[in-house]
Amino acid sequence: MTVEWAASVLGLAFGFCLERGGLAFAPKLAAQFYLTDLTVFKVMFSALLTAMLGAFWLDKLGLMDLSQVAMPETFVLPQLVGGALFGAGFLIAGLCPGTSCVAAASGRLDGVAAIAGILAGVAAFNSAYGWIAPFYASTARGAIGFPELLGMSHGLGVALVTAMALGGFWAAERIERSRA
Amino acid sequence: MKSRAYADPYIAGVGIGLVLLAAYAVAGRGLGASGAFSTVVAAGTVAVRGHGAAASPAVAPYLSGGILHDWLVLELCGVALGGFLSAWLAGRFHFAVERGPHLGVRGRVAASVCGGVLMGIGAKFARGCTSGQALTGGALLSAGSWLFIAGCFATAYLLSPVARRLWR
Repeated sequence: MTVEWAASVLGLAFGFCLERGGLAFAPKLAAQFYLTDLTVFKVMFSALLTAMLGAFWLDKLGLMDLSQVAMPETFVLPQLVGGALFGAGFLIAGLCPGTSCVAAASGRLDGVAAIAGILAGVAAFNSAYGWIAPFYASTARGAIGFPELLGMSHGLGVALVTAMALGGFWAAERIERSRA
Repeated sequence: MKSRAYADPYIAGVGIGLVLLAAYAVAGRGLGASGAFSTVVAAGTVAVRGHGAAASPAVAPYLSGGILHDWLVLELCGVALGGFLSAWLAGRFHFAVERGPHLGVRGRVAASVCGGVLMGIGAKFARGCTSGQALTGGALLSAGSWLFIAGCFATAYLLSPVARRLWR
């Protein structure tokens, strides 16, 4: 199987799971921010937990080499500011880039509108790149994990994220029940 | 046709996690979405402005392999196809503009576009979105990915009272 086929097949499975979980329906995503439906958190963190624990243990057992997986590079301020802009957009659109595509593919025109907006946003960024570039490249820390940055072991980082996610799931269930 | 109920969110999440794990193992990289938009915009820029535009440092990194050989573009085409299949099999495929109870169709479309613009710019600064940063980088414990997650959710919750009319 060539890598190109893998990309399409993995994407297909990803899109299928997103739609199954209800993440093509913008009001359901936006409800995350009004604490009436915490599906976004539950799907996102159970996915993160599965991949994180799977990769950690496959690497420990020698079945996978985690050092061969490309870790995104860290740029402290651009990623904080980018995250903030993205969060505002996510709240207003009720969809993110991946779920916009799933929404559009299930016939939802608000998904198509979000896709048009994202393309316009990327084009606007590119047009202004000349004066954005110094900030964009600032506070570079390379491909570094937060445990390394805080001086703890990778395993402790995995344990902390696991504890946080499990605590989050427990809280999410309680919040949903109290608001039902 | 009556549509079926959504899957349990934890099961859908574990499914996505296994797909992400498979991507790490097979391709040495994760999932993504906004990067595909960058490639499409870069190809579009060259098509409109000519090959002179290809040298721009904003688009050059996205022009290396050709749009139909790009990992993220192919992956995102798969995402759309998978989303369509799931919706169609569950009887959920139909044309509609999904919106809050107090928002008209035009207002919703305008909000979608505006939100999209902010996400496009934000994802460029962050070098990824909910897929490429929050999921892929988050599960690898990348420091920047967790900064992205913190910035994204903190801002969305902070602004949620202001955006209430869109959804409530």
